[in-house]
Amino acid sequence: MNDSANEPVVERPPVVADVAPSPADAEVVKQTRIGGLKIPTDGLRAYTMLGALLVIWLVFHYATDQIFLSPRNFSNLMRQASVTGVLAVGMLMVIVAGQIDLSVGSLVGLAGGAAAIMQGWYGWGLAPSLAAGIAVGVCIGALHGTLTAYLNIPAFIVTLGGLLAWRGVILGWSKGETIPIGVAGFKMIGQDYVAPVVGWALAGVAVAALAWTTIRRGQARGRYGLGASKPLTTALRIIIPALVIIAFVWMMNSYEIAPGRFAGIPIPVFILLAVALAGAFLTQNTTFGRYLYAIGGNPDAARLSGISLRKHILAVFCLMGALSGVAAIILTARVGSGSPDAGVLLELDAIAACVIGGTSLMGGRGTVFGAILGALIMASLDNGMSLKNVEPYTQQIVKGAILVAAVGLDMAGRRRG
Amino acid sequence: MTINDRAPFLEMRDITKSFPGVRALDGVSFELRRGEVHALVGENGAGKSTLMKILGGVYPHGTYGGEIVIEGVEQKFTGVRDAEATGIAVIFQELSLVKEMTVGENIFLGREPRRFGVVRWDELYRRATELLEGLRLRVDPRTPVRTLGIGQQQLVEIAKALSQDARILVLDEPTAALTGAEVETLFRILEDLRTRGVGMIYISHKLEEVFRIADRITVLRDGRTVGTNATKEWTEGTVIARMVGREVGDIFPTVEHERGEVAFEVRNVSVEDPNVAGKRLVDNVSFKVRRGEVLGIAGLMGAGRSDLLMAVFGAHAGRTSGEILIEGRRVAIKSPRDAIHYGLGFVTEDRKRFGLVLDQTILNNMTLAGLKKLSGRFVTDTDAEASAGAHAMKELRVKANSVFTVAGTLSGGNQQKVVLAKWLLTNPRVLFLDEPTRGIDVGAKQEIYAQINRLASEGLAIVLVSSELPEVLGLSDRVLVLHEGKLTGEFTRAEATPESVMACATGHTRRAA
Repeated sequence: MNDSANEPVVERPPVVADVAPSPADAEVVKQTRIGGLKIPTDGLRAYTMLGALLVIWLVFHYATDQIFLSPRNFSNLMRQASVTGVLAVGMLMVIVAGQIDLSVGSLVGLAGGAAAIMQGWYGWGLAPSLAAGIAVGVCIGALHGTLTAYLNIPAFIVTLGGLLAWRGVILGWSKGETIPIGVAGFKMIGQDYVAPVVGWALAGVAVAALAWTTIRRGQARGRYGLGASKPLTTALRIIIPALVIIAFVWMMNSYEIAPGRFAGIPIPVFILLAVALAGAFLTQNTTFGRYLYAIGGNPDAARLSGISLRKHILAVFCLMGALSGVAAIILTARVGSGSPDAGVLLELDAIAACVIGGTSLMGGRGTVFGAILGALIMASLDNGMSLKNVEPYTQQIVKGAILVAAVGLDMAGRRRG
Repeated sequence: MTINDRAPFLEMRDITKSFPGVRALDGVSFELRRGEVHALVGENGAGKSTLMKILGGVYPHGTYGGEIVIEGVEQKFTGVRDAEATGIAVIFQELSLVKEMTVGENIFLGREPRRFGVVRWDELYRRATELLEGLRLRVDPRTPVRTLGIGQQQLVEIAKALSQDARILVLDEPTAALTGAEVETLFRILEDLRTRGVGMIYISHKLEEVFRIADRITVLRDGRTVGTNATKEWTEGTVIARMVGREVGDIFPTVEHERGEVAFEVRNVSVEDPNVAGKRLVDNVSFKVRRGEVLGIAGLMGAGRSDLLMAVFGAHAGRTSGEILIEGRRVAIKSPRDAIHYGLGFVTEDRKRFGLVLDQTILNNMTLAGLKKLSGRFVTDTDAEASAGAHAMKELRVKANSVFTVAGTLSGGNQQKVVLAKWLLTNPRVLFLDEPTRGIDVGAKQEIYAQINRLASEGLAIVLVSSELPEVLGLSDRVLVLHEGKLTGEFTRAEATPESVMACATGHTRRAA
């Protein structure tokens, strides 16, 4: 080395010496402290939403001279929430995967119209008419998914186009007419009830399943090295939800339609429960659901982990389409006719339900439980304000303000957490 | 003609800058005269970019130690705008042009000539034309930037800097994306600027260019100045010796790996740049890795190391050609899914961008790639998953409360271990590691090194890419060197010295027997 001698050369020990070990090596689950209680932040969010729902219910209950939480009104409220709720479950999966679907309102109109037209104009039976409605939903969902995933057109654009186009299709097809539902059994889907005794039986099954999974999970915690839960915690985890289930069924069963005749769980509510359970299972306990969260949370990491983004996005739009079909059938059956302007603005209710329920529009975050709570909050506001004879324009202003406030609170909470 | 007074125009005195856990700059002094091209060279992570970010106001006064003096007056920049107003223009590798706007709009962005708040477009384009003519650039200022090649965009950046009367121009790897002809144009412009008295700081890994254009060369290493001298006093050899001249500490347990049969081979892999037509990011590279062998790939930033791995893994956006053989069998890998299917694993660089879903738990991240193998094809088996996760967490010593801790809350070292676990849970036969220890503390680094040696001893074939030369030399059984996409050297563990590897990384070619 023929280095010149006059240059300033500073030798130093290897770089290793001045790097201190990071102090933040042992991290903990994000928690929030309330008094002496440590609650995981995600859990806190769920409790906050539940609390907000209870407050809304109590306020309306006393503001309406205790009509709001009467069995009759509660049963109606749940039935009203069912259409938005079913759509919210599908929308949740779409949003978690980092997509959006603006077309579901129009799709509900078209799918419901299709089912009504089949039975009304072509004399199809019950099952084929219902199948037609759902098939329309699935096919259109598949189209949206293909355009988004394979042709790289943003979902916002594809479904905004769908919002306009599918409404146009049903207006043209039905010639603007309302088609009454005549086929036997169709209206029952929207208007009838599950017999009270069946409701109690289901409550029994639900409580047993709840107890079994909770105890099993408690035992598993020990195996994951988390320390088994205390018996008291396990007991509370079973007893509190069990009481909610029993109270719910009791409320539904004590609605007296005619003297001595009790209603039971409305069929739309029963369908919503089934869809929500299936949705929760799909998102939490299947590879499909887990991949949706990964795709929405970090598409690059998901792709490099061998997940096919395209197939999953296509599938999630198909599911959304199928659930739009289900929602369309409930709505058509409840109203008793297929109307070309059915379902207008339902997409916004579904998106709002997800967002109020803590779903991030950026993708990767949200739960079915939250989306259902969001749908219940939306439906409760509608129902409560209508009972109080609040002008429709005021209702819109209130709902808009609550949507923005809910997200504002959530963001503030996240910054602190 | 040449305004080249000997008094320093800019002085940076005793600059110190620390990041949590790392001292990036440790008493660096640097000076620049008018009309001088002063080259700043050093390995990745030596502190060049940090120093320039301090000069450019990215790290404002108060966040670093030492002082910046221009024409004898101490400067305390509060931000980028402040530094720009003083006449400092920094052109970073990542260009900061708005692609949808025209050349003229970009040049005057935020400083458009106005009358009563209304932009005077004629005036703007007249001045832009003047500027471009001054640089002898034949570009219509009304063309949108997106239609220009990267090279011309770079020159537009320079025009933008000059429109702000820059007296100090910092160029960070300006030729990385340029063709030969564009490099000539750039150098001609730099010569022009030299006669106009503009002081230029030129950062480059390409020593040949540095020796052509620079008046003086300063070498940084590990956050310190290790040499400043006139270019004619240096040779490429002495510069390289200064760049690498550090002892390899004993943090690398020297382990001779028991090498088995060839596990993985690539033949004639080339990758085209998806953004620049005709440019090859990887050019005709072939190599083999045996079971139990650690193959290191060295090279400087932009040499195409990550592009090579991404392409082989089926994840590169650019057009890829070449053959891949796994245990002697030719395979077609079109997506990461195929790659995983054939037993490849890839601990990617930039764990936050490519490796982790930060909102999700450690467990969900660990099982992301191997979920279907671990836990059933459709319905997941939480028990099987959690026990595999808990086992991996113990084995790799991930420090966290439980497998249900959210990955985003972990320290860098623990996040890196989670990414490693993700790939180990796919049971790979070949593992790619791209910058596996970047930005993590020394304790965690050593643990990762120990894991690499353990995995090799268990018969895994490992390909290790790292910008830290000691790491590559300390862990690898064989070292390949890439320079501008081409293989320029191959060394056995015994042959590889920091100097010989760095020589190949800066463009010299060597072939092992």
